[in-house]
Amino acid sequence: MPLYLIVLLPLLGFVVNGLFGAKIKKPLPGVIASLAVGAAFVVALLRVLGLSAGNSATADEPNRIVETAYTWMNVGSLRVDVSFLLDPLSAIMILVITGIGFLIHLYSVGYMQDDHNDPEGRLYARYFAWLNLFIAFMSVLVLADNYLLMFVGWEGVGLCSYFLIGYWFKREDAAEASKKAFIVNRIGDFGFLLGIMLLFTATGTLRYFGTGDSPGALDGMAQNAQNFNAGTLGMMGGITLITLLLFVGACGKSAQIPLYTWLPDAMAGPTPVSALIHAATMVTAGVYMCARSSALFEAAPDTKLIICIIGALTALFAGLTALAHNDIKKVLAYSTVSQLGFMFMGIGAGAYVAAIFHVFTHAFFKACLFLGAGSVIHALHGEQDMRKMGGLAAKMKATNITFLLSGLALAGAAPLAGFFSKDEIIAEVWKVQAFAPIYQIIGVVALVTAFITALYTGRQYAQVFGGKPRDEHLHEHAHESPPVMTIPLWILAAGAVVTGFFGVPHIPGVPEQLHAFSNWLSPVFVERAGEAHASADAAVHGAEHPVNWALLFLGGAIGWAGWFLGRAMGLRDGARAVLPGSTSRLSLDALYNATVVRFGFALSAALRWIDEKIVDGFVNGVGVFVGQVSAALRLTQTSFVRNYALGMALGAAIIIALLAVR
Amino acid sequence: MAQLNALILSCLIFCPVAGALLVAVLPRDAAKWGALAVAAFNFVLSLHLVANWGEVSSALLGGTGAGKDFHFQEMREWLPQLGVSYHLGVDGISVLLVLLTTFLTPLVMLASWRAVTQRSKEFVVCLLLLEAAAVGVFCALDVILFYVFWEAVLIPTYILIVGWGGARRAAAGIKFFLYTMAGSVLMWAAMLYLYFMQPVGARSFGYAAIGDAARALEGSNGAVALWLFAAFALAFAIKAPVFPLHSWLPDAYTQAPTAATVMLAAVLSKMGIYGFLRFAIPFFPETARGLAPIFIALSIIGVIYGALVATAQTDIKKLLAYSSISHVALIVLGVFAALLATRDAALATTGATLQMVNHGLSTGALFLLAGLLLERRRDETREDEAREIHRYGGLAQLMPRFTVLFWVALFASIGLPGLNGFIGEYLILQGAMNAGFWYAAGGATGVILGAIYMLRMFRTLMFGETREAAADGPNAHAMTAPETTISGAEVRGPEAPETDAPSMVLPETTTATDTMPTRSAAWRDVTPRETFVLAAVLAVIVWIGVAPQSFLNIIKPDANTGAAATALAPRNDTNQLAQR
Repeated sequence: MPLYLIVLLPLLGFVVNGLFGAKIKKPLPGVIASLAVGAAFVVALLRVLGLSAGNSATADEPNRIVETAYTWMNVGSLRVDVSFLLDPLSAIMILVITGIGFLIHLYSVGYMQDDHNDPEGRLYARYFAWLNLFIAFMSVLVLADNYLLMFVGWEGVGLCSYFLIGYWFKREDAAEASKKAFIVNRIGDFGFLLGIMLLFTATGTLRYFGTGDSPGALDGMAQNAQNFNAGTLGMMGGITLITLLLFVGACGKSAQIPLYTWLPDAMAGPTPVSALIHAATMVTAGVYMCARSSALFEAAPDTKLIICIIGALTALFAGLTALAHNDIKKVLAYSTVSQLGFMFMGIGAGAYVAAIFHVFTHAFFKACLFLGAGSVIHALHGEQDMRKMGGLAAKMKATNITFLLSGLALAGAAPLAGFFSKDEIIAEVWKVQAFAPIYQIIGVVALVTAFITALYTGRQYAQVFGGKPRDEHLHEHAHESPPVMTIPLWILAAGAVVTGFFGVPHIPGVPEQLHAFSNWLSPVFVERAGEAHASADAAVHGAEHPVNWALLFLGGAIGWAGWFLGRAMGLRDGARAVLPGSTSRLSLDALYNATVVRFGFALSAALRWIDEKIVDGFVNGVGVFVGQVSAALRLTQTSFVRNYALGMALGAAIIIALLAVR
Repeated sequence: MAQLNALILSCLIFCPVAGALLVAVLPRDAAKWGALAVAAFNFVLSLHLVANWGEVSSALLGGTGAGKDFHFQEMREWLPQLGVSYHLGVDGISVLLVLLTTFLTPLVMLASWRAVTQRSKEFVVCLLLLEAAAVGVFCALDVILFYVFWEAVLIPTYILIVGWGGARRAAAGIKFFLYTMAGSVLMWAAMLYLYFMQPVGARSFGYAAIGDAARALEGSNGAVALWLFAAFALAFAIKAPVFPLHSWLPDAYTQAPTAATVMLAAVLSKMGIYGFLRFAIPFFPETARGLAPIFIALSIIGVIYGALVATAQTDIKKLLAYSSISHVALIVLGVFAALLATRDAALATTGATLQMVNHGLSTGALFLLAGLLLERRRDETREDEAREIHRYGGLAQLMPRFTVLFWVALFASIGLPGLNGFIGEYLILQGAMNAGFWYAAGGATGVILGAIYMLRMFRTLMFGETREAAADGPNAHAMTAPETTISGAEVRGPEAPETDAPSMVLPETTTATDTMPTRSAAWRDVTPRETFVLAAVLAVIVWIGVAPQSFLNIIKPDANTGAAATALAPRNDTNQLAQR
């Protein structure tokens, strides 16, 4: 089965629901959409199994399948194909996207059944149409075999995100949030696009990997970086500039400082959308892109340091902000921003396997948390304020247990999934040798942030499910969600429990099967610069083990400790935020609004004035001037012959005088 | 068909002229149908160009010229004593613009079907004459012939603006006319200079002869060449327009009737860019290359300036007008960046050529949609108030199909991949990147700014609660101004017959609730006729976005040699030569 089917099936669902959805009764559009994505998942699974069967990956013969659908653009030396690549990295991403995507579609069938914002159900089919289109574009993003096609998916998911955030378009907050999400993402895309174009100018190709005698943009980059920097571009640090521009794109899509502000607002969309797009898949696109470009980033250590610092700052800042919020979805949104920060710490440390591993585990437990939150919101008829919740454990058994499990996974409580993936990133940050002191500070920040993560997660769980109900009326009407919603929760929670064991750290005594993730993935990435050298050094290698063990225990302890402390806080004083509101006001939003946005609109208004009064005013002035001159000259046309005669006489006199003078 | 090859371009020019004459004598009711038939026929005829594209191509007649082939050439004596010939021909740069013109003309007629109620016969006659002149501009290969068509375009456009425009149409029309005319006069002088430079007895206004003269002059007297280039460039820069020569545009676009606005934005603004590509740059390649940084700088200013001024607009047509300034500036950037590119100069030129078509389609669609909205408000509010974006809201609820059409056009305009704008923008910017990082970075700012003003407009128009156009829906109208109820109720009629269209994409609002105004003509969703017009445009938008290669294949060979940089290169003989 061709790879393009994975894109085409959801696209077909989009077309069917988009054109005929209005005529189909609920819940058929949802069923159609779910089937489309389910079928795409089956295709993806079969292809990935085929890929792994043929897994004889060596450095010379990487494990890759490339299938070209058609030539998109071919001008001069530019050639861009609509061409799909399946390798271990895109295999993991596509399975997450279609697999978790399918579960969330299924869940949505139940969740959107009684939409209090849309009682007549006129938007129902449109919801699933956009959700399908999202899966199609997301698949393009991860399956593309060149940067420009990746950009198609990249912008396409942004479009779907725009419409799904603004799904309840009558609500002013949704309308504003969708617009903001698109525009902030466009700032990132501006950088990403420039990065892509600069890469083409430098390498003459946009494909990741070449075939035969035409190398791709990533082939041999680590080796060529030196002359690449010196010659091709004629500007300071070519590869550093390219990677920085690419990272600007990642900052937009993956909500990093300074472009994260759109993601918390994006919670105005339906909760399954938050789970799929703003937690599990789209927002990790930036991490995927950086991992995909590992060859470039490994050649640019300065960029990696910047990424790591930004990731750490984002993780810490967003983690603190999550503590200050009382909206169940906002807490999860900031938590997502924070976890994305962890992933970028991994990228910045050159630990691409760890970063993608965290993408993988995070997709399960964060999707489960969002869907659990959705289940709660559903049960409480739209209530999102955690201060009005509490005591739901007994009423919503399935939601409670799945939320608990995935919450523990997020908190990094051993031995659940988040523990292994987060710990791996922290350990890798500690191990970086270039700029070691800075990376060690980042490592400490990461540990602190891991503790904060556990804190807000434990608090949230306690506030929502633990203790006594704080709003009797809401509590009374609460009910467990239907199986179509709880089954996805169970599957995702199972993922949150077991997926960690695919990536147990490389410490003596651990069976090889438990490193499946890194064994599968590491051939894709360029070795961390200096890594091979370091591992050859027995002393350094030996010294890693104690650090590993220490971090492992520290990480596990931090997870559990933070969880219980947070839980205690939530139980004791569930009606109050842990941090005073000042933290939530300390936002970049306010800063941007006060500076860039304000300045931009003032400039825009000023230019409008200039355009009307000066640029156009000048032109009109010329017209008026000509008009006045002619009006003045018109006065000479008196129609009295004597005046004309006088004029003639004077003219003749002047001419004669001039001739006489000469 | 072989006969047609030799005459096709003349047919494309004179069919509309003959049609206009015919329509002029038809009875008023039949005139619209007659004109539509003529325009549709002309479009079908123009498809002959692409259907037989590869077959008919030959070296430029009448001289060595720019060293490239033209298709469907036709050459007749016109004023042999003066060296003026009737010489037509198209290449990859012009053929798509011809098609754009013939494609849009019947569509704007159809779009204006009900909007134009007064003097509808004169209206369609003007549109046909405009089509003829515009096609002529893109086909003429004799500078006198070109100049005749170039100025001829002004007349029907002026009449359309002044005859069917908004409240301030007279001022807008005269400004448009004088401003663009003033620019062309110097071009005319430059043409004469190049003519009289040639040896007595062998003087010619042919494209090849004038071009040779110009390039020879450039080699011998750079200072004069600079002035002559400036004269050409001024005419083209005003028409495009290039900052800061744009100030005729917002008034003209805003005041013109929808059909004329679409033709202005889609076709007429391309005449300026086309002029650069066809005349100014190949005539004076080195001068153009020397001045390219200035033009690129002006373009980048234009991109940013146009976008920022658009952001401050409250009038929907003005916003689109300034957005057009911004987008056209990007095309001009591509044209000049190609001259400086260190590799693959064809990228920017190909992108610019394709983007001319793209911009014509997406901006055309947006102006059409704005026109549909204004048409619905015509009986409700004053025309300048109807253009106020803030008087709308929640249209996604009232006019769901209109909203869908609007967003496709809007996202095409802001360069969403998968739609046409992205292809052109990317090729232009990639070409600019090959010329220099900051050229591309400057041009790409439009990516952000375009999203800002367009999405702000979209959000205000479509999302949020229904704003009832600031509470002057039919009911409120009747309350506040009782004396108008008679005309309001009876003349308009409760519901136009066209409304019983099946729901295409989104469920139709059939019931009125208390938050919505009653469903009157004022909030009618797009009718089948309007849907057809827009679907036609949007289909091409998607086509170019998803599979642009067939378009690029037509443009590509000529973009390679059409760029001034290689104007003197030896002829490309790979094209099949066919003698007429």
